[in-house]
Amino acid sequence: MPKIKMPRSNPTLDMTPMVDLAFLLVTFFILTASFKNPEPVQVLTPSSTSEKMMPENAVLITISPEGKVFFTITGFDVRKLTLQRMAAKYKLKFTEKELEEFGKMTSFGVSMQNLAKFINTEPGQREKFPSTGIPMDSLNNQLSDWIRYGGYEGVVKFKELKDEAAAAGRTLQTEPLRFAIKADGNANYIIVKEVIKTFTDLKIYKFNLLTNFEQGPTE
Amino acid sequence: MAELGEGSGSHAHGKKGPVRAKKQSTRVDMTPMVDLAFLLLTFFVLTSTFSKPKTMEITFPVPPPPGSPKPEMNVNGHTFLLTKDNRVFWYSGEFKEVPKNGLPATELTEVKFGEDLNKLLLDKNDLIEQSIKEYKKQRLNKEIDDSTYRKLAVEAKGSPKAPFFVIKADDKAVYKNLIDLIDEFNICNIGKYAVTDIMISEVNLLNQATSK
Repeated sequence: MPKIKMPRSNPTLDMTPMVDLAFLLVTFFILTASFKNPEPVQVLTPSSTSEKMMPENAVLITISPEGKVFFTITGFDVRKLTLQRMAAKYKLKFTEKELEEFGKMTSFGVSMQNLAKFINTEPGQREKFPSTGIPMDSLNNQLSDWIRYGGYEGVVKFKELKDEAAAAGRTLQTEPLRFAIKADGNANYIIVKEVIKTFTDLKIYKFNLLTNFEQGPTE
Repeated sequence: MAELGEGSGSHAHGKKGPVRAKKQSTRVDMTPMVDLAFLLLTFFVLTSTFSKPKTMEITFPVPPPPGSPKPEMNVNGHTFLLTKDNRVFWYSGEFKEVPKNGLPATELTEVKFGEDLNKLLLDKNDLIEQSIKEYKKQRLNKEIDDSTYRKLAVEAKGSPKAPFFVIKADDKAVYKNLIDLIDEFNICNIGKYAVTDIMISEVNLLNQATSK
């Protein structure tokens, strides 16, 4: 009687396809990942069915649930130049190092008078900084100045890039500067209204309200 | 013949032939690399955010030059008032504090966010909704192309016959309500709407309505 011989299979299996796939995914995620910039405030935007993408090049006003107002603008150079203009207006001095640091920073929500202190805070500690929001009452509307100077520098920068691209015969990738408001769903309407009024007073009538995507009714 | 001889003799020759280098295994232990790959993979999967924020573009009305007449509110205009606790009230036409021209004073009607609001808006915007539906059908039947459809839809939304809506909110309303309302307008193909300041008489009426 012949003996039944179980074929001895090799316990090591070929992992190459799996490894290939793993690396493919790693590459994909590395290339698509966009890191969230640390922001001094967490904001939960309301959802809408709008499918428009968030503008890449924008003056962004963030409104926290407590109604504090934060400001940022796209671009390292633009931020630096804006701060220089603001410093001149408010007769404050910033060192070169502080300007550099401000260029790297994302949103901030402090008055001009406290800004130097905020810039000199360690990046990891900024969340704990007692941000009071940018003042925007009618007597001391710093937000309006930020928007005006930021908007001006942003437009100048865009024009520069456009001319550069035209000279090199390329098509420009960046979009023109937009104005966006990112407010928490539970923020009081009156604060949002104040911010909108600040914009309209500067003769800016068109802006974007950031929302989360939500599936609308299908037809 | 010699070749053949050599060939046949190769058996004996083979063992004494040139010394071959010992074949080393070409397999490399890939485990650490794979470990690292998966570690990175996990990290990027967990940290990457896919849901990029979306935006709603909104244009605010340019304030009319001072001294120009106030725009008329007619029956085609509807005002929505937002207030606390996510409540929304609305009225049609001009705001009348007291009965005027034989018409009764303005009364507020409450509407709930969601289906009720959707139904109300679709009802008010029926005319435009119908024509947009018609255009949609034409596009499906390939009678008109996409760009024509978009142009027609925009035209329909902005036509003089289209109703227009005004959003006002009091101090207690939250931002979310505003977005929800504008979103509902967009869903219902309403193109003519504006956000303006609330009047004191409207606030009073709202307070009456909410305290009930």
